[in-house]
This record gives sequence, structure tokens and C-alpha cells, in this order.
Amino acid sequence: MIAPGLSVDQVFVWVKHWLVVRTPAPWQGLVSILLTIVPIIVVFPALFAVTTVLERKGLGRIQNRYGPNRVGPWGIFQPLADAVKSLTKEDIVPRSADHVVHYLAPLVLVGASFLAYAVLPIGRNMTAVNLDAGVLFFFAIGAGTELAVFMAGWSSRNKYSLLGAMRAIAQMVSYEIPLILSSVAVVMIAGTLSTTAIVERQARYTGTVAHWYVFTPWGLAGFILFMIAATAETNRSPFDLPEGESEIIAGYFIEYSGFKFALFFLAEYLEMFAVSGLGITLFLGGWSSPMSWLEWIPSWMWFFGKLLALIVGFIWIRGTVPRLRMDQLMNFAWKFMLPMALVVMVSAGVWRFLPAVVEGSFALGLVIRWLVCALVVLLPYVALARVLEQGRKIEKREYRFAE
Amino acid sequence: MNPLAGCLLVSALLFSVGLAGALTRRSAILVLAGIELMLNAANLNFIGFWRFGPHPEALTGLMFVIFAIAVAAAEAAVGLALILAIYRHADTSDVSDIQEMKG
Amino acid sequence: MKRFGAATKSRLKLARMRTTLPFLILAILTLAGGVAAMTLRRLVHCALALALSFAGLAALYLNLGAEFAGLAQLLVYVGAIAILIVFAILLTRGDEDQARHPFSPAGWAGVALALAVFGVLGWAVETSAVAHSGATGPAPTATMRSIGFALMQRYVLPLEVIALMLTAAMIGAALLAMREKPESARSRAQ
Repeated sequence: MIAPGLSVDQVFVWVKHWLVVRTPAPWQGLVSILLTIVPIIVVFPALFAVTTVLERKGLGRIQNRYGPNRVGPWGIFQPLADAVKSLTKEDIVPRSADHVVHYLAPLVLVGASFLAYAVLPIGRNMTAVNLDAGVLFFFAIGAGTELAVFMAGWSSRNKYSLLGAMRAIAQMVSYEIPLILSSVAVVMIAGTLSTTAIVERQARYTGTVAHWYVFTPWGLAGFILFMIAATAETNRSPFDLPEGESEIIAGYFIEYSGFKFALFFLAEYLEMFAVSGLGITLFLGGWSSPMSWLEWIPSWMWFFGKLLALIVGFIWIRGTVPRLRMDQLMNFAWKFMLPMALVVMVSAGVWRFLPAVVEGSFALGLVIRWLVCALVVLLPYVALARVLEQGRKIEKREYRFAE
Repeated sequence: MNPLAGCLLVSALLFSVGLAGALTRRSAILVLAGIELMLNAANLNFIGFWRFGPHPEALTGLMFVIFAIAVAAAEAAVGLALILAIYRHADTSDVSDIQEMKG
Repeated sequence: MKRFGAATKSRLKLARMRTTLPFLILAILTLAGGVAAMTLRRLVHCALALALSFAGLAALYLNLGAEFAGLAQLLVYVGAIAILIVFAILLTRGDEDQARHPFSPAGWAGVALALAVFGVLGWAVETSAVAHSGATGPAPTATMRSIGFALMQRYVLPLEVIALMLTAAMIGAALLAMREKPESARSRAQ
């Protein structure tokens, strides 16, 4: 094992190496594995706790009210109160429910959600498992999530929960395809499925600007598609019909109370962080900084900063956009996002084969490349939108206010 | 018992379990599940030979398995669509009830 | 092996056990899932046991070093086929008819046939020269890059044929499962 140099950027890698070198030889493998896994299991649920407060305060402010502000100053100790509540609530299981499957469903869901963090590069040299097919591993784990949702919905022996589970699975399966296709464009350009290698390809700089894929037209379109599909995959608003309280009384986790409900909640937020982490890895350059003169900020700090920005984006969208109906949701996935994901792939191919330098000038080459690829994305987008909206007559809205 | 023989025995056992299920169960969906188990057993066989057996080329077994997984997915989709169509027609998915061609 | 001392032999045995113990556990898990899938009474339990068996097989492939096959197995079998089976069970109300015996009357012939098949396969494995050669070659390396090159150079024809077949299967499945229009059903009933 090569000893890493001590810097703020590599401090965690250095601490792990220091600890592993000092353990006796037969235990080194086990200690190394534990030192990789335990921080993930500690940090991301802590981030979950912070996010619940952020979400409730943020949503409250968007809706012109304070969020929770009783527990601690500005309500920042609310997660402690929530944890105590969920741990001490009575665990009610319906008598006719299928007890084994009912018990296993939240475990499988949380397990699958934690497994997804294994391939995310949280900092330089800080990937838990450097798989050769990291991106494929991530999507394969998402498959386990769908099965757990079905288990939860079916075992409750409740028509509403089964309906919610069916809707949730249909939604997750439909949005998996634009998710995977928009990441295929990145894999095509990067030439590798390994998440570590994709970030390293983006951590190069021309001048002061990094090679993030989001700075290219297909990358920008792909990133938007990826984030929309990610919102739908994790059943976040505006795609939260399977779990909306006013629609279907909380969907597939109606019959769960107490700690199991908290586990479902945890799993949803963990999935949100994981898929945001993958979006950051694929499009936003992972742990790299956008400008080369900002490289003194440690890599893991960049990763968590970008993650927080995406979480704030999720919360903002939740507070702003109304919920989509099931048929609107499915139409959106199959008729709009799937063709757009294919268009993004074509645009990425065009970007790859256009020359970078035109008549000796890099700036002119960049402008031409950008314009051509942006046109390849925008023209089908406008055409598709026109075609899909043809039948609807949208009149000017008239508002009647109560007098 | 070297690793290859272990792998092949597990694969043979899984194959016979799938065969037994496909031949004995009443529900058409479980017959399909038995067929899927048999396909998976064959895939395990391929991977066992790819990993442990002597082979002049490096990737043949793996390629076979990848294509077999794709074919199995297509076959499962079509099979289940058939079962749905039969259920809609005969109101049952029990293989011992759908014994006659007339209907 | 005769040249090694006793300490080395026991360490080699420990190393071999460390590599075969995960394989053994995963194999038992897979087989238990398969047996459960074929013998349980409720169809949804069978489907979930089948998904467990698929996941066990995916872990076996990963254990044997076939990374792409294992992940593709998870993605396709657990993520798509198991869910498809579950949807089909729910749409054909497979769980409701509990009164009848789940196994067909001629079931014992099927079990005997399966045992005979296992006997033949086991005999073939035990008496073959390949399975007892004792020489296992080095683990073949299958990087993503080499799989990609193989798919685009040597196996490009099967790839295109699979693409055509998947398209045909998708169209066929959608067509088969589509509801008939009411007027054509009425005209058929006349």
C-alpha cells in the first residue's frame, strides 16, 4: 500500500492508511474494509438528518410559513425529536399481513440504498470499491429497490398500498430508461464504465475551466434529463404520486409504523443522495473543482458542496411544482424523455467527432462545436414538444377572485 | 472435487430443480419460472467453464452468457404476455385446465 | 504438493477454504431459493424466492470473476424478469385460487424424471476427465474494454440479431397482451 501524502485533500485516506498499517497482519483486510464502510454508514444518515430539517424549513419558507422551530434554535434539533418519536412508536402490523415479507421489505430497501454508495467517488482516491463497471453496478442495485417496493406494497394486504406499489414500480421502471440512456452518453464520451475514471477524465483543465461534461450542450441536456429521471426514480415530488398523502394515503408504506416507516424515509433520502452523487460523478465532475484556481479546496468538500446544491434543488422543485398525474408521468417518460435521451446520445457522438481546433483557433472550434451540438439537441426538442402538444388547446387562463 | 466440478454439480442440481418445478406445478407462470431456472443453470455452467476450464479464447463463455441473458429476457416477456392473453380468454392460468385446443 | 511442509499445507487449505466458503454459501442460498420457488404454495412467495435465487446466481457470477455477467444478471433478471413475473401473477389473480392442490396429479413422474436427469448429469460430471483434471488455468481477465471490443468486432452479428430479436419480442409481447377493441370482440362473438 502506497503511503499517501498528508494534505487536507487526502486526510481521510492518510488516517485510514495510518490505522491499517498499525493493525496486526491477519486483521488488516477486515479493518480496511470496516474503515471504508463505517464512515459511509455514519455520514450519509447524518446528512439525512440535516436534510430533513433543511427540507421542512425550506418548504415552510417557500409556503410562507416558518418550518419547525420549537426544538432547538431555529428547530435544528428536530431530527432528534423525530428519531425519538419513530423509535418509541408502537410497531403495528396488520393481522392479515404477510409477516415475513412485511418485515423484510424495509431491510431490503435500506440495504440496496446503502449498496449504491460503494461506487461513488467522494474524493480523490476515496471510492469505496473501484469497480471496472461502476455505473452498471449502480443501476443493477436500483433493480433491488424496485423489488423491495413491491414487497412492501403487497405484504400489507391493503388495496391502496398494493395500488401505490404498482404505480411506484411502473414509474421507477419507466424512468430507469432515460436515466440509463443519459448516462450512456457520458460513458460513450469517457470511454469507461468506472466511476473513478469518469471523474478523472473530467478533472482536467484547459486554461482555467475544467472538462466537466455539463459544460457541453449534450452534457447540459443530459444532466437535466438525468436529474428529472432521478427525481422520478426516487419518488420525489413532482413525481410522488405513489406516496402522496392527499392521493393515496401514503401509498405502499401505509401499514408501516414507527421505526420501519423511518427506515422507508431513510431509504428514500439515501437513494436521493446516491442518485445525486451519480449525477455529480457523471456530469458535474465528481470531486473536481470547476476552475483550476479553486483547486485548493479539498476534493471531498467539493463533492459534498455539489451534493448540497443538488439537494437544495430537489427541495426547491418539491415546493414549487405541482404533482404529476400517473398518465402524465408515464407519457412524459416514454414519449418525451426517451426520444430526448436518444437525441442527447446523437449529440454526444457529433461532439466527439467534430474537430476541436478550427483553422488554428481553439475558441472558434469551441464555438462551432457548441453551436452545432446545441442545434442537434434543440431542434428535435422543439419539434417533439410541438408534436406532443398538438391536440391540446390551451386558452388564456382567467382568474376569478373571491370578492 | 475441484472448483469446476463443484460449479457443474451446482448447475446440474439447479437445472433439475427447475425441471421438476416446470413439470409438476399447475400454474403456467411457475412453469415459466422453472424454465428460467433451467436457463440460469445453463448460464452458470458456461461461467464455470469460462473461469476454470481450458480455453483458447478469453471471452467466449462470458459472451454466451450475456446473449443468453438477453434471450431469456425476451422469452420471459413473450411467455408472460401469452399467459396474460390465455387468462383473458379462458379465465384461468392453470395448465391442467387449458388442455383442449377447442375454445 | 509433496515438497511443502505441514504449515504451508494447512495455510493453503485455509486459503482454499476461504475461496470456496463464499461459493458454498452462495450455492446453498441459490439452491434453497430455487427449491422454495418451485415448492411454495403462494405464487408471490414463489416469485420472491425466485428473485432471491437470481440474486444468489448474480453473486456467484461475481464470485467467479464474471463481473459484467453478474451485474447484467442483477439488472435484467432481478430488475426486470422477477418484476414481470410478479406483475403477471397479480394480473392473472394467481394467488386467489387456494383450494386446489398446487401440484398436478402426475407430479411424481416429473420429480422422478428430474432426479433421473440430475443422476445423468452428475454421473457425467464425476466421470469426465475435464472435471477431475485438477489443473485450473489462470483466471481470465474480462475488462469492460475487452468486452466492448469483442461485442463490436467479433460478436457484432449476434449483437445486431439480438437487437432485432428484442425489438420483435417487445412488439410481440405488447401486441399479445393488448386488450382487444370491443367491436372486434363483439363481431367475433356473433
